[in-house]
Amino acid sequence: MTEAATRHDLANVPMVDPADKGGLLGVFRRRYLLRLMVRRELRARYIGSKMGLLWSYINPFSRFLTFYFVFGIIIGRGQVPHFAIHLFAGMVLVNLFTESFNAGTRSIMQNKAVVQKMPLPREIFPIASTLVTLYHTGPQMVILLGACLVTGSFEPDPVGLLAALLGFGIVILLGTGMGLMFSAVNVMFRDLTRAVRIFTQMVPFSVPMMYPYTLVQDRFSEIPGITHLYLANPIAEAVLLIQRGFWITTVSDKDAADAGAQWGFQPGLHANFPDDLYVRGLIMLGISAAFLVLAQWVFSRLDDRIPERLVA
Amino acid sequence: MTTSIEVQGVSKEFSRHYQRTLKQVTVAKLRRQETKKTFWALRDVTFTVDQGEAIGLMGLNGSGKSTLLKHIMGVMRPTEGSVRTRGRVSGLIATGAGFHPQMTGRENIYMNAAILGMSEEETNAKFDDIAGFADVGEAMDTPVGNYSSGMFARLGFSVAVHVDCDVFIADEVLAVGDQPFKKKCIKKMEEVRDSGVTLFYVSHAAASVRRMCTRVIVLEKGVVGFDGDVDEGIKFLHYDDDNDEPDAEDEETTDGELGSEV
Repeated sequence: MTEAATRHDLANVPMVDPADKGGLLGVFRRRYLLRLMVRRELRARYIGSKMGLLWSYINPFSRFLTFYFVFGIIIGRGQVPHFAIHLFAGMVLVNLFTESFNAGTRSIMQNKAVVQKMPLPREIFPIASTLVTLYHTGPQMVILLGACLVTGSFEPDPVGLLAALLGFGIVILLGTGMGLMFSAVNVMFRDLTRAVRIFTQMVPFSVPMMYPYTLVQDRFSEIPGITHLYLANPIAEAVLLIQRGFWITTVSDKDAADAGAQWGFQPGLHANFPDDLYVRGLIMLGISAAFLVLAQWVFSRLDDRIPERLVA
Repeated sequence: MTTSIEVQGVSKEFSRHYQRTLKQVTVAKLRRQETKKTFWALRDVTFTVDQGEAIGLMGLNGSGKSTLLKHIMGVMRPTEGSVRTRGRVSGLIATGAGFHPQMTGRENIYMNAAILGMSEEETNAKFDDIAGFADVGEAMDTPVGNYSSGMFARLGFSVAVHVDCDVFIADEVLAVGDQPFKKKCIKKMEEVRDSGVTLFYVSHAAASVRRMCTRVIVLEKGVVGFDGDVDEGIKFLHYDDDNDEPDAEDEETTDGELGSEV
């Protein structure tokens, strides 16, 4: 490190504010520490549990089965071709968002002992939580890809893959921003952890994964304003983008012809998505990035009071 | 001479926030009771430390010593005034701060070293020294939650003292630990001091402050009560009156043993 080299030439080292850790940029500069934290978090989360990391998959998998049973079999059988993939693709992103948000919100309270006594950019805790969640998303993507291949009619196209990537971008930026902002706010208002949990329980129902987007369009065809409002949800947009990449591309002509029309499914690539899907996606990406900047601003405003508020 | 630490008019206000429910706050407001109470943990603290000085920070319990150290380490930011430091700051505010009880001693060493700003290569290079000084033996690869408080303290001190730093902060390191460990700590800190590192040492033990430090700062209820010569500072606190000191005998033996060794 440069500090060690200039150690005996301190006259040329500037005086600095020791409390100024550089925010998110400071976290980026300390990648080694971040790596250790992520590794620790991965190990610590399931320490003392026999099945360990497996729990990270049992939980979403059981949720998937529940949703699939209720919406895919009881309510909407035969309405959406490859409904399982339609659902699971959305769940990958929804889980990524809710987990980043939940774990990020708790992160500073959970690392109280370190936060109170050791000097480090405190943004590092919610960021580490997001990275841990992202790590768990990897195997889910493998499962999704496997399921797509099993259909035998998977025809991925570059535009679709870019769309899915855009969806990931939106969710990562927004999830990180939410985790960052609320990790600090949570120290001041402890009730927030519970409020966040309720909010994240609502998210899966607010996006088109248990039901197709076309159903929303259909139900509110008289009042298109509501559909617009529905699409203003960045997570809904992200879910549509990943479905553009991994669901609609598995639907063959025969599958499309066999599907029922009650939920508004129509054959064709564009009939099942809103107009200007990509433009909307890019706008949402911009909004999410702006939100992350806002989150960092809020965090740095509250940062000074975190160590003392943790005591009480 | 290069300035190492510059504390300029630093004040820190804490609010005594009780974790109260909305109902309690409303009731208090209706009864026109105070809902917010604040106090100053530090009040207009100003001093400058040159590189290589060894400062003994003294004061009664609750006089703001740890709060001041947190400002110098950069854990807290002052409400008013400014703190500036030069070079890398290392040290420990509480022994074993930030250790994860379920991780092994080895993992915690790497983690703690990284928090204090060491790179992976640096930690690898110094790992044997750190482990040797901590002297926890076989326990290195078991969770630190199972450690005795002495082992815990040794590990924490060992990591902090092996960071190649320019300012070293030690808060009551000798409060825990047995006689041999205390001796080892003092010796190591003397080494650090003699290598030109600025030392900031908090202690209630007059003898070790006398031994280690070149200057004493006394805090009294968050205000600098005294800043200057070591012996005068100790006198200022009335810590020189050995008869009153319950720990006096212990002090003497520590001092004696140290004297014979160094």
